[in-house]
Amino acid sequence: METESHKSNRWLCLSIVLFLSCFAIPVSAHKSSDSYLTLRIESGHIEGRWDIALRDLEYAIGLDANEDGAITWGELRSSRQEVTGYAFSRLQLRSGGSSCPIEPGLLQVDEHSDGGYAVLWFRSDCGQSSSHLDIRYGLLFELDPQHRGLLQLDYKSKTHTAVLSPEQSRQRVQLDQVRKASAFFQYMNEGIWHIFLGYDHILFLFSLLLPSVFCSSSAGWQPVRRFYPAGIEVAKIVTAFTLAHSITLSLAVLGFIEFPSRWVELAIAASVLFAACNNLYPVIRNRRWAVAFGFGLVHGLGFANVLEALGLPENMLLLALVAFNLGVEIGQLAIVGAFLPLGYAIRHSRGYLIFGVRLGSGLIALLALFWLIERGLNIRIEF
Amino acid sequence: MKALFGLVAIFLGSNVFAPCRAEPYTPASDAQVLERLPVTNQDPMQRRLRAMRTTLDQNPHDLALAIALAQGYVNSGKTQADPRYYGYAQGVLNPWWNLQDPPTEILLLRASILQFRHDFSDALADLNKVLERDPANARAWLARAAILLVQADYPEAQRSCLPLLELDDPLSAAACLSQIGSLTGHAAESFVLLRDAFAHAPRPSDDQRYWILTLLGTMSFQLDQDQDAGRFYKQAIALRGEDVYLLGVYADFLLDQDRAGEVVSLLRDQTRVDPLLLRLALAKQRLGSEDLAGLASVLEQRFAVSRLRGESLHQGDEARFRLFLLNQPQPALRLAQANWKVQREPKDMRILLEAALAAENPSAAKPALELIARTSLEHPRIQALAARLRALESH
Repeated sequence: METESHKSNRWLCLSIVLFLSCFAIPVSAHKSSDSYLTLRIESGHIEGRWDIALRDLEYAIGLDANEDGAITWGELRSSRQEVTGYAFSRLQLRSGGSSCPIEPGLLQVDEHSDGGYAVLWFRSDCGQSSSHLDIRYGLLFELDPQHRGLLQLDYKSKTHTAVLSPEQSRQRVQLDQVRKASAFFQYMNEGIWHIFLGYDHILFLFSLLLPSVFCSSSAGWQPVRRFYPAGIEVAKIVTAFTLAHSITLSLAVLGFIEFPSRWVELAIAASVLFAACNNLYPVIRNRRWAVAFGFGLVHGLGFANVLEALGLPENMLLLALVAFNLGVEIGQLAIVGAFLPLGYAIRHSRGYLIFGVRLGSGLIALLALFWLIERGLNIRIEF
Repeated sequence: MKALFGLVAIFLGSNVFAPCRAEPYTPASDAQVLERLPVTNQDPMQRRLRAMRTTLDQNPHDLALAIALAQGYVNSGKTQADPRYYGYAQGVLNPWWNLQDPPTEILLLRASILQFRHDFSDALADLNKVLERDPANARAWLARAAILLVQADYPEAQRSCLPLLELDDPLSAAACLSQIGSLTGHAAESFVLLRDAFAHAPRPSDDQRYWILTLLGTMSFQLDQDQDAGRFYKQAIALRGEDVYLLGVYADFLLDQDRAGEVVSLLRDQTRVDPLLLRLALAKQRLGSEDLAGLASVLEQRFAVSRLRGESLHQGDEARFRLFLLNQPQPALRLAQANWKVQREPKDMRILLEAALAAENPSAAKPALELIARTSLEHPRIQALAARLRALESH
């Protein structure tokens, strides 16, 4: 009897398990949680409508006060503060770098195919109008990662739709087709900033420029006598680099070529390492412009990744490309403009050769080596 | 004419925001009911889940509590076939969800949730990880067999059933193996095996009886023993009348028996659940009911919303909807083919054959026909469809 009951107990446990697991034949039903966010952009402000399922609000903040399984208008109305507080703390609108405060408006209700929804009307003012709107959406994600925000944005008789998920909770919508000028300046600005913030491009350029106030002879580095040859050398390097990265940037953005960004980043790190080492143990002495051109092709692919990450407007692809590239050149010329007179002025000092060229190149090479390891092994090295 | 149908379909399909274009309103009275929750908060199970959630909110990293709560949500999701519960379960498991090697219980739950979303390869990877750690984990073997069965990988599914015998669990092993046998040319023996194992099982609980009875009903139907099938299903429904999967299976059985009136009375109040709403609409179509158009437009909206989310969980049902309710064989066939890439159970075979037949495109059904021939599937209705398709092909 003992074994019998033991056995049947075990049978019971496993059978429940069996019931739970084996019976998991997928059945589609009800509906996953969605909200419908509709934004209409008027002159200077946004009219919004947000439909959120009452069932979701019940799960998130509790609406069924008397716990009778029915949500009434009275219950929803008395939770109005909590509902708007919960919802609007999980939606951010930004335009041109500044946030657009949301003013909740009328609370209504509507019926969708899967049940009752609260309809939250709102208005948002972005102050100065900008060429794009950034939407950051986080409703319910912490409670139900399968929740989706279904966005519809109406602007000048055009409609843009997107699905917002925990993995893709931000959406940038390009708005302006009329004021191309502001989009142009915006992308140019991004280009300039990328040159200053993306150290690898600066360091690559620096490594090539550092020795440009010297001419190489059998006796090693000798300071140039006149400004002219140094100027020509710098112009050659910068032109070659610009030409090369413009080619690959354009080809990549226009979709003619595509490389995995990890390999591109790896190659960029390698280019910095090579350029810096070349100053310490010269392999290529007189044709640094060729190095600039060859690796410039790789850096162009890196720029393309950045530009694509910014989001490219379909209707202004070429404009964005030209503006971004121009921004990159401006940033580059600013660096060259700062370096060349300084380098020329101190070219005779021994300190420049030792600390500027040798030590500088050594440090750059060390940093590039770290990048190479980080990017190659896909790890982060903390200092 | 077909092109016109196609255009109408595209128009209907593109009108995805139709549901939210409806006019919002301000209710006139505070007493107006806006939504009825599927389960009231006074339901004891719901109360328990709620209490656990409140405690877990204080300490979201309490592993044992998170497992219990997520399991509760997964169970609710299963019986009510409600995706929201699976979302809640994933939310509860957030702290562990992206770990490569989470605790075994988390792996099992994650596998259930991934399986529900038809992410079968990731679910199998999690189950294999469990079995590497613990080869005596019956639950993992069973879940693994269930997925392989849906994918029609019968040899591998069988390898997943066999360890259950060694784990001293004859009824689970019998249920697991007989399911495979019934799909691979051994329907009669499989039925006998399961019936006898069931008869000899010591004191089966309601849960066990419900599950085995459903299987026995399905196997009887396959063997053309419609009366027996009806009896088994009825017994199962007496135990678990609210189970969505069972209601769907039984409604399909009734539709095949031309008992549409019974389907309507069975599913009248189940309009929340898409697969049941579909079966209700199919029954109303047979009865020539006037409210069919309304049901069809609700279904259209729900499928549209699911497409908008980028989900493809409902392709098999949507194929049935397009074929039988909208008379659109081509879109139905495309959906049935897409569904076949993911799921290959008899119901998936059947809609693929039906759509291929309606679209007069027998070669589209080739993969299913090959599987049926290879496994010598016994299923009178599927065999009849297959024969018609082969005849069409040889013309």
